[in-house]
Formats: sequence, structure tokens, C-alpha cells
Amino acid sequence: MKKLINDPKSVVQEAVQGFGLAHAGLVTVSEDPTYITRKDAPVAGKVGLVSGGGSGHEPLHAGYVGRGMLDAAVPGAVFTSPTPDQILPATLAVNSGAGVVHIVKNYTGDVLNFETAAELAEAEGVNVRTVLVNDDVAVEDSLYTAGRRGVGGTVLVEKIAGAAAERGDNLDAVAAIGERVNANVRTMGVALSACTVPHAGTPSFDLAEDEIEIGIGIHGEPGRHRIPMENADSITNRLMDAVLTDLKVSSGDKVLLFVNGMGGTPLSELYIVYRRAVQVLADAGATVERSLVGNYITALEMQGCSISVLRLDDELTELWDAPVHTPALRWGV
Amino acid sequence: MVLDANWAVKWLTLCAQAMAEHRVELIELDRAIGDSDHGENMDRGFQAVLAKLGESTPETPGAALKMTAMTLMSKVGGAAGPLYGTAFLRAATALGDSAEIDPAAWAGALQAARDGIVARGKAESGDKTMVDAWTPAVDAARAAADGGSADVLGVLVAAAEAAEAGAVSTDPMIARKGRASYLGERSAGHRDPGAVSSALILRAAVGAAA
Repeated sequence: MKKLINDPKSVVQEAVQGFGLAHAGLVTVSEDPTYITRKDAPVAGKVGLVSGGGSGHEPLHAGYVGRGMLDAAVPGAVFTSPTPDQILPATLAVNSGAGVVHIVKNYTGDVLNFETAAELAEAEGVNVRTVLVNDDVAVEDSLYTAGRRGVGGTVLVEKIAGAAAERGDNLDAVAAIGERVNANVRTMGVALSACTVPHAGTPSFDLAEDEIEIGIGIHGEPGRHRIPMENADSITNRLMDAVLTDLKVSSGDKVLLFVNGMGGTPLSELYIVYRRAVQVLADAGATVERSLVGNYITALEMQGCSISVLRLDDELTELWDAPVHTPALRWGV
Repeated sequence: MVLDANWAVKWLTLCAQAMAEHRVELIELDRAIGDSDHGENMDRGFQAVLAKLGESTPETPGAALKMTAMTLMSKVGGAAGPLYGTAFLRAATALGDSAEIDPAAWAGALQAARDGIVARGKAESGDKTMVDAWTPAVDAARAAADGGSADVLGVLVAAAEAAEAGAVSTDPMIARKGRASYLGERSAGHRDPGAVSSALILRAAVGAAA
């Protein structure tokens, strides 16, 4: 294992310290317990947005703390959900009295820890609503699984719900917007190589040189099935087929197309995927109204990408375009 | 042998040892069907329990388990933190302020722990989770305690052996809960890491009484 680290046990702590130094104008870092808040939190009268999850997905979530997006982010150990003793103080720190929305990716650990923290926060008089993100079409949503995972769509939920909170929507309205984004977004990913969790020291799964894993999540956990390596257009077709079928995209739909890198894929390759995805959408009669291409929710140094398609309406488009100023996403301000 | 506060402290100390010794094995099991973090998280959690025991000595087994619950809940993360935290908390509540645990009380504490895990995680027997270690352990402890012939050590042993067999029984199962469920049929042929760590905990309880 070759990594730019000092000690596997101090990866999260040292990364958070560096993050705080680099973005001191935007965020405040609490080290023990670990959480990151917006510099001006709590913002008077505004609903607070808190998200969190395992580390290793940077810039998610801390990179999205700031005006127009999250009020707090709570990082756990690498690929491990944070604990209630972090989530609770983060929730209290951003509560202006208007209540707090927890944005939670649908993984058993995240759900259980946020659920516990929400109960504790309610006991302290804070109104909490939870938006569960489960946009991954690779997982069958049935009684026989833990349900669909939260993946690329999380970034879009955080941006759009964040804009709703910033314009002054109340607690229920912000949660409803978040749920509307989640209901209209689907994602499918592919891995070309695995990633290595620092404290594990070996790749999270074994993938041959000429194999790819379809339906990968964001934790280096294996996907649904593996196939021989194909060219970018064929892989894009597979991912788009799964996404468009599940989202039931039809002629005349306006969408946001999000091609996300898993951490180890050059931007040029992401644009090659984007190019083909636009063609597939055009063939389906859908128009790409907005786009996002880059490494926004990653799995350490994994090679691969995910494609998310969000069906837009006028309000979601307006909220997407609203000003945002965070370490990882900034426009309009 | 009596199961008192000293036994509980020794049990938790042996749990911490077991998690450190089996850290890599648990990581490897989790690597196959999860995300490689279970060994690391359990080791970190029980090291924190050890540190707490160094700060103050609990006066009853229940107090020791309650301290363990709060520590695991705040230090482990993942699904295991809330699940083990709930298990230890429910066991502590079942034991109350008793200074010593008799066979029936141990069986009752295990049942409370198992019920807590089921309530939080919503898993059933056969889902390839830690429940597949806990349920046979509860049944075996209950049978041994109700039989009346087993002393308290016999009840501990019965529970540990059943948990170990339960962990092995997860090998062919197809996961229906937790991160392994995303693999569907590909989860068969691997042992569930949570069932293995559960068996380690119940085996440590025997070691502490031996």
C-alpha cells in the first residue's frame, strides 16, 4: 500500500485538520468530537442541514458545508458511519430554532447512528426531519436487501435542499424538497479497480486486470456482477440503460446529468462518458438542462464512475442555479 | 464461581483482547462481503471500553455493561456500534442492580440483548447477521438454565458454543440485511463478520469465569 499518509489511524483527523486550515474562511472544525460547521452557523431563522457518513468520499460531505448547502458535516472513520456523540452536537450547533434536516445515505450504519442522534436531539427540544437518500439502481429495493444505497444523488439532494433552506423554506418544506430530489434521481456506478482502506492495507475486493464491476457502491464493496472490460460507450450504455429504465425517462423530460468520478479516474475519461450519456438521453427524447462532471462523491482512489440523472422541474432547476459557496462547489457568489 | 462485577470487568477485558487478536480476521471476513471495517471498529470500541475500566471500577455487572454500551455506541460507528450498544444496554437493564448473576439471569440478559439487536436492526434468523449467533446462544442458555443441572459456567459454555456454531451456520446463507445484502447470492460461501464477533464476545464470557 502506497498512500500519502502518516499513520492509518490518524488519516481522518489529519485530513480534517488540513481541511479546516485550507477553508478557514468558510468553515469551523470541531476536532473532538469531529464535525464541521458553516462559519456563520447557526444562521438566524434558517433550517439547519446536517449530513455525514464515512470518510473516504471527499469532497462529500465536509466539502459541501457553506452558504446554500450544508450547515454541518459529520465525518466518521473511513467508510464507517459517524456516531451519535458527533451527530448530536453538530445538530445542536446549527439549530437556530427553525429545526434541522438530517440528510442520510441509506446504509444500515448511517441510518442507525443518525436515528439514535435524532432521538437524542428531539429529547433536547430540536425538531429533526430525516431525508433518506437511496438512488442506487444497482440494488434491488426489496425485503431481501437493506434497500437501495445512497450514492451520487446525495450531492444533488444536499445542493437543492440547501438552496431551499437558504431561501427561507420551513423545516417540512426543506425536507419535502430533499425527498422530491431523491424521488427523481437514479444512479448507477462502475468500478475498474478497487480501493484500499488505509487501516485494512489491501484492496477492498479483487478485480482482474481485464474485469470491471458493474453496480459498484461508494465503499469499495463489490457490486452486482462483473464482466470483461469494455469500451467507454458500451459501459455508458449499460449504466444509462439501468438508470433510464428505472427513472422511466420519457420524451420531453428535462434532466440534470451528473457524471461522477470515483477518485481515480481522469476528468478526460469522465467527459468521454458524459458525451455518450448525452447521446443516450437525446435518443430517449430527453433534454440535458444542467450538468455536473467531476469527482464529487468518491471511494478513495477507486477507478470508475457513476452516472446520475435527475428529472428537473422549474423549481428544482431554480434551486440548482441558486448561489452556493462551499469549499467544493461554488457559483453565483 | 460467581458472576459478579469482577467477572464482568474480566469479561470485558478479554473481549478487548479477543478483538485485538482477531482484528485482521474480522477485517478479512468483512472485506469479502462488506467494507473491511468491522475488525478495526470493534478493536477501537473495546480499547475505549478498556480505557474506561481503567478510569473507574464498576460496582455491579449491570453498571459494567451499561458503561460498555455507551462507549461502544459512541466509539464504534457503522451498524455494529448501535447494535452492540443496544445489546449491552438491554442486558444491563435486564440485570438491574444485582451484585451477582445466576443462570436464569444470564439467560435473561442474553435474551434482552438479542431482542434489542432485533429491534434496532430488524434482522431475522437466516438473514446472515449477528442474530444468527445470538438466537441459538439465547436458546442454549435458556435450555441449560431451565434444565437446572447446569451451573453458571455450564450456561456460559452452552451460549458460547451455540454462538460459535451459529456463526459457522451463516456460511451458506444469502445475506438479506446490512451491506452484504447488496451482493445477493454472491454473499453465500462467506461467514458473517458480526456473527463471528458476537461469538468472540460470548466465548470471552466463558474465559472470564474459568
